[in-house]
Amino acid sequence: MDLLSNLALGFGVAFSLENLLYCFAGVALGTLVGVLPGVGPLVTIAMLFPITFHLPAVPAIIMLAGIFYGAQYGGSTTSILVNLPGETASAVTCIDGYQMARQGRAGPALATAALASFFAGCVGTLLIALAGPTLGEWALKFGAAEYTAIMLMALVASAVMTQGDAVKGFAMVVLGLLIGVVGVDVNSGMARYSFGIPELVDGIGFTVVAVGLFAVAEIVLNLESRQAREVYTGPVTGLMPTVRDLKDAAWPTVRGTAVGAFFGVLPGAGPALSSFATYMLEKKIARDPSRFGKGAIEGVAAPEAANNAAAQTAFIPMLTLGIPATATMALMLGALTLQGVATGPQVMHEKPDLFWGLIASMWIGNFLLVILNLPLVGLWVKLLTVPYRWLFPSIILFCCIGNFSVSNNPFDLYLCALIGVLGYVLVKLECEPAPLLLGYVLGPLLEENLRRALLIARGDPTVFFTRPISAAFMIATVVILVVMVAPAARGMRRGT
Amino acid sequence: MKPDLRNNRDLIAGLLFVVLGGLAIILARDYPLGTTMRMGPGYFPTVLGGILLLFGAYVLARGIRSGEKVKGEWGWRPLAWITLSIVLFGYLLDRAGLVPATVVTLFVAAAAGREFRFKEVLVLAIVMTAFSVAVFSWGLKLPYPLIGGYY
Repeated sequence: MDLLSNLALGFGVAFSLENLLYCFAGVALGTLVGVLPGVGPLVTIAMLFPITFHLPAVPAIIMLAGIFYGAQYGGSTTSILVNLPGETASAVTCIDGYQMARQGRAGPALATAALASFFAGCVGTLLIALAGPTLGEWALKFGAAEYTAIMLMALVASAVMTQGDAVKGFAMVVLGLLIGVVGVDVNSGMARYSFGIPELVDGIGFTVVAVGLFAVAEIVLNLESRQAREVYTGPVTGLMPTVRDLKDAAWPTVRGTAVGAFFGVLPGAGPALSSFATYMLEKKIARDPSRFGKGAIEGVAAPEAANNAAAQTAFIPMLTLGIPATATMALMLGALTLQGVATGPQVMHEKPDLFWGLIASMWIGNFLLVILNLPLVGLWVKLLTVPYRWLFPSIILFCCIGNFSVSNNPFDLYLCALIGVLGYVLVKLECEPAPLLLGYVLGPLLEENLRRALLIARGDPTVFFTRPISAAFMIATVVILVVMVAPAARGMRRGT
Repeated sequence: MKPDLRNNRDLIAGLLFVVLGGLAIILARDYPLGTTMRMGPGYFPTVLGGILLLFGAYVLARGIRSGEKVKGEWGWRPLAWITLSIVLFGYLLDRAGLVPATVVTLFVAAAAGREFRFKEVLVLAIVMTAFSVAVFSWGLKLPYPLIGGYY
């Protein structure tokens, strides 16, 4: 069996003491920062990425994946104990999780979230191991036209599926693509949009964009709003769920995993949509839907399973095609690129230790999360009571040190401050920053493939529709557009 | 009804996109355009600038029609302090060293908060500075002088 020998190779890599340690450090740090209210996984990754920057590629990506899961998991702890999700993916968990906490069942809620996430994580990891190689083989047939088409699909999907309005989503994607243009054009060697500033000739670093766009905007947004936070500070007792809880949570976990695994692969959908979709599903098929919103354990298990499964399967397109489906994956791709790893179908053959080691370490990371989080719940509860006025200066500080350590250049911090202002203004104007980040990461790849595809086709743009795989992606893109935009357009005409 | 243009959410967003798109096109005029078959370095950004301009114009027009306002207050004061703290960190690290940069950044960033208690920030600054030095200078061995610049 190929799969078994590959997994054996992966576990061999991941179980080395060094990598195990980095995996543990990543998970622990990710949870620590992710638990902090108002700090989502994106900010966590952007802030902690520079720590991994100085490591070799394999431990770096293992630690980064650990940070990602930890942050994701920490976010759900915050949702349950504080009625304030760190990120959209765990917003749904708030509804019933916080109610359970108020009924004194914070312990079972946290344990259910952890176990559901673990189950989903295992399934998700297995899916990556199964689907990755097949998809990778298929993707080897991709030429420039196919890559252009699939990137277009990912960008359109991310614009359309953002919360709020699709037109602004498109504008943000295009703005991101333009930011990606800054720097030397690989074909002609010409520096574009560099204003004669030598630092801009190399392009704008992705930590600069991510920290500016997400961390600065998020912190200022938190500081300006005056709403007081409701924190559940009662003791968390009776951690273990009862047998009945487990029975109630079992099937929702399985269904949530399935829904999440499906949505995770879709470009632009990601964890947020999947947790929402599975919550609606559970509510619909429940015998007594009125329990939802009042502390139903299904309302915790299903979305948590879904967002974790989606977080796992989102790695599939990123690793095998080099196309990130979500903003978080765009960050991971940026990190890999900075590490000098060219993602794409060839990564499995050229760097099997990286590919399979990462997969194995994902499973280990999920396992570590369970054993790390359940006993440490008390510590996380204490962390939640740390006032925000101590947290945000520290977050800014770490972002600064991290950003500086990537380039050792003060210019990056000036640029980061500038992008921070832009990011805040855009968020205030209700323009979601996630599509911008995706556009920024995919920009250079898209231009490169577009140019190559048209060169090969002698300038004939129909090439994207005459090659079958490319045509399929283009048709999918149009379908996404029509399905998502048509209802909105109809609403517009009615004058709303 | 006269459309309300003050603090109009989509009007500002649209304007921003139009200006950025226009700038992208104007700046890209210096780069050879090439043909669709052999794109020059100016082709892709010019097309993008055009698309951004169009989307921006649409959002702008919609803003004038709907008159929807920006939600909540603008947090210019915290934004200014946070921005300043990041700029100062970059400026000071090379010239004054890690410790002064850390302390100044923490104080300036803390000023962005709703309440500023000097003693509390001082304790925070001491703790975080010690932590940063331990983790980044000793742990990760980042080569920054603790106090004093390279020059």
